[in-house]
Order: sequence, then structure tokens, then C-alpha cells
Amino acid sequence: MPDTIIADGLTRRFGDFVAVDQISFGVRPGEIFGFLGPNGAGKTTTIRMLTGLLPPTSGRAQVAGLDVAREPREVKRRIGYMSQLFSLYGDLTVEENIEFFGGLYEVTGERWTARRDWVLENAGLGALRHRPTGTLPLGLKQRLALGCALIHEPSILFLDEPTSGVDPISRRNFWALIGEFARRGTTVLVTTHYMDEAEHCDRLALMNRGRLIGLDTPAGLRRSMTDPILAVTTANAPAAVRVVRELEGVRDVTMFGRVLHAVVENEGSARGAITTRLGQAGIALSHLDRIEPSLEDVFAEWIRREGGAVAG
Amino acid sequence: MISPTRLGAIARKELLQLRRDVRSLILAFLLPLVLTMVFGAAISLDVREIPFAVLDRDRSPASRELVEAFTASSYFTLLGELDRPADADRLLRRGEARLILSIPPAYARDLSSGRGARVQALVDGSDANTATIAINYADAITAGVAARAAGAGQPSPITAEARVWYNEALESARTIVPGLVAVIMAIIAAMLTALTIAREWERGTMEQLAATPVRRVEVVVGKLVPYVAIGLIDLAMVTLLGVLVFDVPLRGNVLLLAGIALVFIIGMLSFGILISSALKSQLLATQIALMATYLPTFLLSGFIFAIANMPLVLRALSYLVPARYFVVVTRGIFLKDVGLGVLWPQVLGLVIYAAVAFALAVRAFRKELA
Repeated sequence: MPDTIIADGLTRRFGDFVAVDQISFGVRPGEIFGFLGPNGAGKTTTIRMLTGLLPPTSGRAQVAGLDVAREPREVKRRIGYMSQLFSLYGDLTVEENIEFFGGLYEVTGERWTARRDWVLENAGLGALRHRPTGTLPLGLKQRLALGCALIHEPSILFLDEPTSGVDPISRRNFWALIGEFARRGTTVLVTTHYMDEAEHCDRLALMNRGRLIGLDTPAGLRRSMTDPILAVTTANAPAAVRVVRELEGVRDVTMFGRVLHAVVENEGSARGAITTRLGQAGIALSHLDRIEPSLEDVFAEWIRREGGAVAG
Repeated sequence: MISPTRLGAIARKELLQLRRDVRSLILAFLLPLVLTMVFGAAISLDVREIPFAVLDRDRSPASRELVEAFTASSYFTLLGELDRPADADRLLRRGEARLILSIPPAYARDLSSGRGARVQALVDGSDANTATIAINYADAITAGVAARAAGAGQPSPITAEARVWYNEALESARTIVPGLVAVIMAIIAAMLTALTIAREWERGTMEQLAATPVRRVEVVVGKLVPYVAIGLIDLAMVTLLGVLVFDVPLRGNVLLLAGIALVFIIGMLSFGILISSALKSQLLATQIALMATYLPTFLLSGFIFAIANMPLVLRALSYLVPARYFVVVTRGIFLKDVGLGVLWPQVLGLVIYAAVAFALAVRAFRKELA
């Protein structure tokens, strides 16, 4: 089956600033495809170009076999889109919002009734259907926004940071819902900056400073980390970073809270060097363990390979 | 292809939001009533009860008869009789009196001798409009007295017998209120829609809207529909108020008035949407809409100031003000019972304005949906 979403050299400039730089990738049908990167990496700009909201400066986008620039309305008919900020009408009730978007996607008659009930049930809003949307908690608003984006049963779903600001339980429920859609054949392209959410994706595109710096499954990305990683727990993390970074055989050091992750060439010699030098510097070492690479480590590693700093 | 379903969804949503927005409701239904009452009662071009004083140096039955003729008319109110010319000067300077009637000592003798008598009217010219009217009234009253004094049998001088049509009593409410209908609708219409697109940008709902297959023209028309209805309701309210409270005659065809008003409303509403799309800020859009409609409509529509008396530049500018055409229409239909045979140039002007404003509104919106 051909790819459902194709980006071919997509580029967007705002004046001198290159927000998205020559991005190319393909998304397979039924796949959950994640865009991972810090704020300002170009994720939202990319998603806007793919959904026909923003014309690219150069390059081509194809969705559901249609050229986005040439047939934006046909593309919009086939996709569902949920924007980053809550963008339903707060002064309309839950049901009025569903009805409004149903009308815009020309879902009418019995089909509309069935779809409305489906959205209310899926979002858990059956009892709150006459509540003004503005008074709902954020988690419920997001589920309603997802329902409105799915009112016309699109086969492709674009979600731009769908869970930002939502509590962890709502986030987990939200991802369970997305997983279910994907199992039924919906293609999902989702952006996030939560690393834990990235684990739910079939494949991940790593974005930094407008460029695509890596693309693989979460497991594949982790396997790409061949160098061992040591987690160094000390009493004084900032001082420890300065010491460990200077050691020979240490490729990279990243601070995750009070723990350092050091990417090293050789586990044995690095262990010795770190213990000795921290002792000389008078920094108490409480733990020194080899760990499996997390997606954070992978991300840091790929940015290092690119030779750049994290945007934002 | 415009989809009625999508257009209907936009119109329905707009109506729901409107119903819940107190600010818009006040603007739509309360403001027109308040404006009509305030303007209808306050803007009066009638001059009545001009305060005047008399410097009577004849003190004859004839001179008293002349003063009585002034006081008997509703145009003048007598402040009192003066003894010295200096008093006249003081009263005029303070603005207590607008006119001093000065009767010379030989008034009665001259009048009876048939040589013709002279009286002097000193008028405060600082308000030129009132002064002119006061002089005209004074002329008319003295002419009447003179005619009676000359008596029958004398050769009658030529007199022009003026009859005023359409507004027999020359009541300014009758010219003001029909014009007011146009002015109020111009202001309300642009203000109402100035909010609607900017609100979508400010609240972040535009992005979701833009992601749906809705067409620009469907959004603009859908947003216009509820406001067109409000505009027609406003027209009916202001018209009723004019007829019932200000006693303005509605002599012409009401359906014709409504039909032409519809074109006018669509033009003004589209103008509001154009401003709203361009500025994307509710506050800025309402301020600009008010500036761009209120002042030109008030000053250049012929509502108060006659366009024919304006300098060339302003006269040329007035053609760009849609209320200019609509004021002629409302006055024509209210007072003169004229039809399309007379009003077609105005209707043409309004149709062109509405078409251009609508096209620009759709175009301004289009850029943003990209």
C-alpha cells in the first residue's frame, strides 16, 4: 500500500527564519507516526503544511493520494485535525459544538445522530451534553476536540500536541483512544514533546531546529545507541557535570534532574575514571549504574551527531 | 458550489453565540432605540421662542400693536421693554436677547401718513442660522402689520404665497428621523460584524475552522445571515419609533423601503466583516468601524448638512458614503412616497457599494484561511 502521508522536501520560511528545512518522510496506512522535538523545532509548522493550513515555501505534501497545495479542500474533507490550543467554541454547549463541526463536514440526518452519540460516548460527555464547553476541565475539552475532529470518520488524523497541559490520567486515556483508532485502520500523525508519549508511536521522527534528524521505531532508535550509558548520581550534579565532561572516553553528558547520563566509549575504564576524579574533586558519588538508553538519551545523541544544540 | 449545510452550520453557530453575548445584544437592540430617542429629540433645527426685547420710543397704540404681533407669534418671547439703547447692547452681549426691536419716536405718525414707517431689528449674529431665521420671522410679522395698517382699497403689493410640501409644518423631526434611520443602521451594522471574524482569531477558533472544508464565501455569508435579520428588525424598530413618537409620516411603500434597506445593510455588514478580517482584533475593529462609519455618515450623508452646500472635495467624498444614498431613499419613501422611478440612481449606488464591500470581505478573509 502506498504511503498515506508524503512530505517531499517541505520547507517553510518566515522572513529569514527557516522554520522547517527540507523535510521528507512517508507515513504508512494505519500507523501512529510521532513527531518528537522541543518547542520551536518546527513540528506545528510541518503539521500545518500537511493539513493545508499553511502553504509551504517549497516542497510538496501529499495526503490520501492528493496534492495538498492543489486540492486543499478535498484533503480537508478526508482528514481530522486537532490544533495545539483548545479551539472549540467555549460559549457553545458540548452538543452545539458537535453539531457545528458535523455541519461543516456535511454529516447530516441519521448519520449525524449516530456520530453525535458516538462522540458523546467516547468523550464520556453524555451527561454533560448541555454544558457550555468553556466550563469543562481541560482533559474533557481535549476529548471533545478529538471527537469533533473525528465526526466525519476521517481515515487520517493529525494531532498537534494533543495532551499538552492535560493531567497524566487523562493523557493515558487519550493515548488508549488513539491506539484503538489506529488498530481500526486510522493513520495518526501526532506531535509531542513528552518522551513517554513517544513510546506509543509505531515510528518516530526526531525534529530539531526545523530539520528531521532521525526517523525510526522507538526500539530502533534505542538500538542505534551503541555506546554504553552510565547514570551518575551525586550530591552536586552541576559540579559533577563539569568534572565528568572533561574526562577522556566520555562522549557526552546530559543532566536529567539530579542524575547525569554519560555516554562513554568503554564502560570499564569510564567507571574507574569517573569514580577517581569525583573523589579528587570532593564530590560524593552515591550510585554509578549502566542503564538502557531512554528516548531522551537517543534524542540527545542524535542532536550531538548533528553537531547542533537544541532549539528553543 | 456552496454547501447549504455548511453555510447553515455557520449561520446557526453565529446566532447561538449572538444570543449569549450581552454586548452584541445591547448593540443590536438597545442602542438603536437609545440613539433614535436621543437624536430624534435633541437634534432640532426648528427655531422657536426667540427671546427679544423692545426699545419703544414711540409708545403709541400703533407701536404696541406691532409688539403684540411679535409676542402673539410662537416664534418670539418678550423679555421686557427697555428704556435706554445701552440696555439693548447689554442684553445682546450677554446673549439674553437674540433680537431687539427698536421703534423710533415718529413710528405711528409715519405709518398713518402713508409715507412708510421704519423699525429697527438688532440681531445677534453669533449664531448665523438662528439670526437668519429670526430676521425672516421679523420681516414676515412687520409685513403683516404693515398690510393691515394700509387697509383695504390700497393697491396691494405683490406677495409670494409660499406653500411647503412634504413637511408642511417644516418640523425638523420629519427630516431628521428618516435620515436617522439611515445613520443608525450604518453605525450598528458595521459595529455588529466588526466583532465576528476578529473574535475567531482572538479565541483561537479560526485554526480549527480553517482546517475544515468550509469555503470562505460560506463563512462570510453564514456570518451575514443573522445580522441581516437583526438589521431589518432594527429598521422596523426605528421606523415605528419615528412614526409613533416623533409623528413622522410614512407615506411610501414599506416593502420598497425594506428591500432597499436590505441592500444597504448587506453593504454595511460586509464592510464590518472586511475590517474584522483585516485587523483580527475585536477592540481595534470596533473602533475603526465606528470611526469609518459614524463620522462620514453623520457629516457627509446629507443627514444634517446639505451636500449641495459643501465644498467640491467633500461633495466628491460623499459619493463614497453609502448612507448618502440611503438618506435620500428614506426621506423619499417616508415623506414623498416616491418609487424606484425616482430612487433608482440611489439604489444603483447602494447595489454597487454592497457588491464591492462583499467581494472585498470575502477576499480579505481568503488570504487568512490560506
